[in-house]
Amino acid sequence: MSLETFWFILIGLLWAGYLVLEGFDFGVGMLLAVIGRGRTSEETNARRRLMLTTIGPFWDGNEVWLITAGGAMFAAFPAWYSTMFSGFYLAMLLLLVALILRNMGLDYRYKRDSDRWRAGWDIAIIGGSLLPPLLVGVALTNLIHGVPVDRSGNFTGNFLTLLNPMSLLGGVTLVAVSLVHGAFFLALKTSGPVRDDARAVARRFAPVAALLAIALLVWVNVHTGTVWSWLVAGLGLVAFIGALVADRAGRDGLAFTGTFATIGATVACYFLAAYPDVMPSTTNAAYSLTVHNAASSHLTLQIMTGAAVVFTPVMLLYTAWSYWIFRKRVNAEHIAPQTDPLAEVKVG
Amino acid sequence: MDALDLARWQFAITTVYHFLFVPITIGLSAMVAGFHTWYLRRHAPELLRLAKFFGKLFTINFALGLVTGIVQEFQFGMNWSDYSKFVGDIFGAPLAFEALLAFFLESTFLGLWIFGWGRLPEKIHAACMWVVHIGTVLSAYFILAANSFMQHPVGYKYNPQTGRAELTDFVAVLTNKVQLVTFPHVVAAAYMCGGAMVMGVGLWSMRRHRHDKHMYRKAARVGAVVTILAGLAVSISGDAQGKVMTEVQPMKMAAAEALYTTRDSCAEFSLFTIGSLNGEHEKYAITVPCVLSFLATGSFDGKVEGVNELKRELPGQISRAAAARGEPARYVQPADAVFTPNIPLAYWSFRLMIGIGMLAAAIGVAVLWLTRKGRADAPRWLVVAGVAAPLLPVLGNSFGWIFTETGRQPWLVYGVMTTSSGVSPTVTAASVITSMVVYTILYAVLAVVEIKLMLDYTRRGADPYHPTEQVAEDKPLAFSY
Repeated sequence: MSLETFWFILIGLLWAGYLVLEGFDFGVGMLLAVIGRGRTSEETNARRRLMLTTIGPFWDGNEVWLITAGGAMFAAFPAWYSTMFSGFYLAMLLLLVALILRNMGLDYRYKRDSDRWRAGWDIAIIGGSLLPPLLVGVALTNLIHGVPVDRSGNFTGNFLTLLNPMSLLGGVTLVAVSLVHGAFFLALKTSGPVRDDARAVARRFAPVAALLAIALLVWVNVHTGTVWSWLVAGLGLVAFIGALVADRAGRDGLAFTGTFATIGATVACYFLAAYPDVMPSTTNAAYSLTVHNAASSHLTLQIMTGAAVVFTPVMLLYTAWSYWIFRKRVNAEHIAPQTDPLAEVKVG
Repeated sequence: MDALDLARWQFAITTVYHFLFVPITIGLSAMVAGFHTWYLRRHAPELLRLAKFFGKLFTINFALGLVTGIVQEFQFGMNWSDYSKFVGDIFGAPLAFEALLAFFLESTFLGLWIFGWGRLPEKIHAACMWVVHIGTVLSAYFILAANSFMQHPVGYKYNPQTGRAELTDFVAVLTNKVQLVTFPHVVAAAYMCGGAMVMGVGLWSMRRHRHDKHMYRKAARVGAVVTILAGLAVSISGDAQGKVMTEVQPMKMAAAEALYTTRDSCAEFSLFTIGSLNGEHEKYAITVPCVLSFLATGSFDGKVEGVNELKRELPGQISRAAAARGEPARYVQPADAVFTPNIPLAYWSFRLMIGIGMLAAAIGVAVLWLTRKGRADAPRWLVVAGVAAPLLPVLGNSFGWIFTETGRQPWLVYGVMTTSSGVSPTVTAASVITSMVVYTILYAVLAVVEIKLMLDYTRRGADPYHPTEQVAEDKPLAFSY
């Protein structure tokens, strides 16, 4: 296997890692609007605090997968990175704004005890959890669909070029699957009413997500599939069915693993279907960016390979450790009563 | 304005804004980790209270540093795609390393520190913040290595077949002589920011929270010591940096001094100038003899070249060097008219960087003197200084970056690629202005929110002492949303 191919796989893994991990915290964020609703504002707040506490220690680290995927594309395939991010300009801008507002919401929501303050940041969290999977789904599907790229490797379309039916389906599907994934995560990490609601939502949304996923994966594979991409897509769907069966049996961990595998398999299917193209040109197939013509020099790839081989296992180890530390379910009794973080402190 | 000007403004705005938070993140993480570790050794309640108190300010600041950093990473591809294609081979690797080695550490271990009270053994818990700090320093190393390549490109070769710069020696990139003086300078400046934050907040709180004045006195003094020591390190490394800069980018030094005519020996250092800096009119300046020669060359009678001579000589020199490396003319022929950086900007940002930094260190000295022997009642003027203290090194950092980045113009990669040839060719001015307006508004709103929160949390003061107990199965978490 050439180093270019190795890095193509690694970038696929980084995107898969990003979407399976941040996928569930996007799901939890979106579900604030659905499960995080009570009869009173106190109950709403209590539910939302509980839901956010399940992803509290993880979402920030999950997001680094995106930054690493971007950095790895820059280093291993500079032409791909440059064309994609300059070409998908407004979509990228929207993505960045959504992520900024979401992060600020997650960081600042609890820093003040005021319904208005929380309501504002809740909109940021919910919107900021809905938009990124939509945009990333559209962007990645465009890499399969193909975009207008000229002779010198520059994108010549505009924002509307990106909004073709196949890519829009990709975006909507990622949102739907992330929602179910997030619901399974909540079912796994909580107990009591929030868990019941999460399971109910998962069951209600699962058929929609499954239909969308089937349509998308068939479309992608008909468009540019190989035996391997068909196979992986099939495995992804089997995992999804497995998740639903596991959920019926009350096996939260297995259900979550199932959607985890579905999202991972979908990204794998994309990368298998695209290879060796990284950005197929609809203008002229000869202008397509491929793993060969978009790659960095051999030396850069070698150095990066060394670093990835040494440091990725270390990173995975401490990430796994942090998931282990915070492995317990949280429920309403674990959440301390809401206090005003800015109330005057009495000492002595 | 065309797409190029807009992209340059956008880079300037987003970078300076991002770098208001970065040095505080680096410096304050060390201070918080320090207080937390100190508590474990001494078990003095006030040390734990300070660790948690500054930990809160740290997380408020960290959030903004992180989100504005994501914009930076994607901005290269969005606005500077020709640049990214040309140097991605060299420039991308440090960025990828930064994410893989530093960002995962910072994010994961900060999550462990915030949520880990009672869940982790105490020593491991305190160590988490040290790991966050190590992550921030590693991050600085990689990003400064990438920046140093732009200041002084080494370890690469131009490949005429692919039309881009390709890596030949990664160690040379990581040990670039510019990097070796820049990294200590920037990290020391970041410690100044962390120290000054603790000093300023401590001073102000001594007056506000009378019952806790001895605790805040300790914070103010620790902050002052860090500010002074870091200030010394900043000036020593800055001096070394000046000499390397004069060697690799003589025009930047000439611009910093608005020195138009070459001085063969004993060039004077200009402290302050009234009047034009365009070299045509007489300027009224306060100067110190021979100091510039020393700053630039290490000897009081060293020769310092002026803008006019450099303007004549440099284009030829750079062209010949590039031709010898086999690089195409498109990257080496900026019009003569733009061959100098903006001189007033370089002159004033250089002075403001130094002056503001020295002022912060001077406040540190005053604090140590006025709070000696257990004195915990700072005079009012010192409290005012305390309010300004956290801002000073942060502003000094900003001016330092404005100086070093604009002083390199018109080059994007010094001597190799001009700024105008690095911009994205197919991104329209309308797109760039849209994003610039969006970022500017968003950043302005977030700045207001962040400053308000910082002030509110400072005004409220540190929580009472609660030693951490390990959380039993059904007890509330020490930290939840």
